[in-house]
Amino acid sequence: MNGRASVSELAGRMAAVVGARNCFSEGPDLLTYECDGLTHGRTRPDLVVLPGSTEEVAEVVRLARAAGRPIVPRGSGTGLSGGARPVPGSVVVALSRMRRILEVNLEDGWVRVEPGVINLDVTKHVSPAGYYYAPDPSSQSICSIGGNVAFNSGGAHCLKYGFTVNHVLGARVVLHDGKVVDIGGPALDVPGHDLLAALVGSEGMVGIVTEVTLRLLRKPETTRTFFATFPSTDEGGEAVSRIIAAGILPAAIEMMDRLAIVAAKAATGLDWPDVGAALLMDADGPTAEVEDLSERAVKIAREAGALELRLPRSEAERQLMWKGRKSAFAAVGRISPNYMVEDGVIPRSEIASVLREIEGMAKERGLRVANVFHAGDGNLHPLVLYDARETGQEERAEHLGGEILRMCVRRGGSITGEHGVGSEKAAYMADMFGDDDLDTMKRVRAAFDPDCCFNPGKVFPSSRLCGEKPGPGGVEHPAVKSGEVYRW
Amino acid sequence: MTGSGRHPALDCVHCGFCLPVCPTWTAWAREPDSPRGRIEIARAMLDGAAPTAEMVSHLDSCLGCMACLAACPSGVRYDVVIEEARARIEASGVRTSADAGLRSLLFSLFPHPGRLRVAAVFLWLWRITGLRWLTRALGLTRLVPFLGRLDALAPDLGLAEITSSLPASTPATGERRGRVALVGGCVQRVFFPGVNEATLRVLSAEGYEVVVPEGQGCCGALSVHAGRDEEARAMTRALVERLEASGADTFLVNAAGCGSHLKDLGHLFHADPAWHTRATAFSRKVKDVTEFLAAVAPRAPRHPIAGKVAYHSPCHLGHAQGIQDPPRALLRAIPGLDLVEVAEGDQCCGSAGIYNLVQVEASDELGARKAGNVLATGAPFLASANPGCTLQVLRVLREKGASVQAAHPIEILDASIRGKPFPGGGG
Repeated sequence: MNGRASVSELAGRMAAVVGARNCFSEGPDLLTYECDGLTHGRTRPDLVVLPGSTEEVAEVVRLARAAGRPIVPRGSGTGLSGGARPVPGSVVVALSRMRRILEVNLEDGWVRVEPGVINLDVTKHVSPAGYYYAPDPSSQSICSIGGNVAFNSGGAHCLKYGFTVNHVLGARVVLHDGKVVDIGGPALDVPGHDLLAALVGSEGMVGIVTEVTLRLLRKPETTRTFFATFPSTDEGGEAVSRIIAAGILPAAIEMMDRLAIVAAKAATGLDWPDVGAALLMDADGPTAEVEDLSERAVKIAREAGALELRLPRSEAERQLMWKGRKSAFAAVGRISPNYMVEDGVIPRSEIASVLREIEGMAKERGLRVANVFHAGDGNLHPLVLYDARETGQEERAEHLGGEILRMCVRRGGSITGEHGVGSEKAAYMADMFGDDDLDTMKRVRAAFDPDCCFNPGKVFPSSRLCGEKPGPGGVEHPAVKSGEVYRW
Repeated sequence: MTGSGRHPALDCVHCGFCLPVCPTWTAWAREPDSPRGRIEIARAMLDGAAPTAEMVSHLDSCLGCMACLAACPSGVRYDVVIEEARARIEASGVRTSADAGLRSLLFSLFPHPGRLRVAAVFLWLWRITGLRWLTRALGLTRLVPFLGRLDALAPDLGLAEITSSLPASTPATGERRGRVALVGGCVQRVFFPGVNEATLRVLSAEGYEVVVPEGQGCCGALSVHAGRDEEARAMTRALVERLEASGADTFLVNAAGCGSHLKDLGHLFHADPAWHTRATAFSRKVKDVTEFLAAVAPRAPRHPIAGKVAYHSPCHLGHAQGIQDPPRALLRAIPGLDLVEVAEGDQCCGSAGIYNLVQVEASDELGARKAGNVLATGAPFLASANPGCTLQVLRVLREKGASVQAAHPIEILDASIRGKPFPGGGG
């Protein structure tokens, strides 16, 4: 295509850099990289390369660029917005082999790691010394730090501790021309523009991160968890609003509705009751403070209409409760053949009414929606359940997902809280931002990557071609399909 | 197929929770060598793609340890996915003749206790006559790596042990609490006869009459895990018939690989309704011997065995059957015994059926990691409830020059009941 180096030629050059075992160019290998955690919509890359060091990443970027190939960075492939979905003709650079913990400095409270290090492994590594890494996406047992940086990942405990961006102190980045730069450093602040903030959450469009310096926190003296059940999400939502309005800042406050509870129970064997909604809350900090806070929170939950309050009897039970919450997305696979995870934000005070509206919208379309989300942040995760084998259901589910996001925007929220825009939500960016906003964002991106060689086609809505139906599930333009027009 | 009639590969939602528990993903971090990747490959085959050499290599690299099965929040039946995919490979004729030859050699030996016993006698002769020294000196074991591998794996046994047999019936000691049948296993019977003997003694001491139905062949586990379904069905049918004829209503297994297969026969016979019903009913009566004993009140007094014992959790016990606590509880109940966990205890040791004979490099990598973790416990003793694991870990430990004594938990329990020291051989 357009005089680019042939795939086999490029594969040979890449293999010389990373080793033949770490360079894939055959169909059966490539098909395992066609998508990330978002499975509807797949694209087969031309090459997948797994470099083992910063130098190898730089060389891989140079080779791909020289061959005129778009580059799609990938971590553990758990993203839910299709951010690591390959684009046609691309070279996927998977960082999963770069998983060394390079340096630990407990005195100053930081750790320097490679991007393929698993989120939870950071905590495991420093836990014996009494430290941990705070951002905890539900996929923390497998998602990578590099992916967390790219998507500014959140998690249940970000309510109190902030998102990834609040925990990244520095990064080493390979730029579009193969140049390696260091941004930030172990110090808490560096002068000049806050380039780290531009890097974190850039969804793989700025460069490839090859080292990250992360903040570590001391483990809290006490963590108290409770699980409260409610007749419906109305009372649950009300409890969340009142707890936070009372000036209580829980470490996490998570809500699940009836369907999500059923799924989590099926996956973990927890003996949760069959109720309309449940809250899982953590309070942490000095013991005296935690005891006071949780007492007040429990009282408020009761006043808001809680049916039952449970405290875990052991650390093992506490872990299991959290496992139930954290595996809820995938567990929904047990109650529905297919589902889409949406990720929208609304003002916390509107949880109850928004959930009612979602229920109504789902009923209209003959679909079910399960909800499991970070209630404290107002970060909804509606899971639209459908069966792809039933004609038209997938399309109806996609439309419902889109309508839900637009409603979030109408309510003064956002189309994503933590999963990112990726491939899936680019089409909804225009619902949130005007052309000027989008142009400004593109200029920031172009300052780092002028030719858009990193992760093209993501985040920004592409201009519409004649005859094209926009949005996920849309119809690709015939000229793109046939290869006449090559769109990144 | 699963109960829903939908292929289990289609249940995967791509969350990736299986990756960190997969030994090959942990070792290489390559998607096609992960459960999620293999499911994609199986899906492609399901959609009609003909198996290629690349596909085969990724499906072969799976140890079948089933750690992913236990980790999957969506409940994907990976065991069914991989077995079906392997059956497609076997049916496709894509394997090279050397690979296919080695496999048929292994499968004409291991699942046949009679032939295995003959082979063990030859191995014994070869070792005592000095021929082993000669072949090693001439470098023949290096020329025929497979021979060297077998030699390194097989434990030193006397001729009497190799040719020993089990009594058809063992009475209960004292008042009889029940009657159970024992599945003898193939590798277990020939290479670890002591385990079966100990099992009989412990069950008897605990008040159970034990029958060992005669003419037991292989249960078919090795074959089904390798995708040789037809062979597996024939073996399974024959064994189930023999065992059922004993009239027992509890069938005890002391080899984890056999147990996990016999407990889950339904899907192997999904296309044969009569056998499906029969096999499913049979599976419900199968129990691991540690699971059985931990659920009944102990009767025979335990004598102390002082010392630190590292517990190795075989994948087919821990992951495939979900049996974590029973063997540990039985061991902890022995006075003086200090049971310790092995770091990364959920990870496969690399034995995995015939894996250590056909995927030498990966198996060695995993074996070394496991042996390192066992040594790090500082325990002089190792408890391992599966013969394959025991052979593998001891081999690597021997190569490292380490001296660790290994025994099946039931042998340790037997020694405690009889007031003997820690049993078993080592490196």
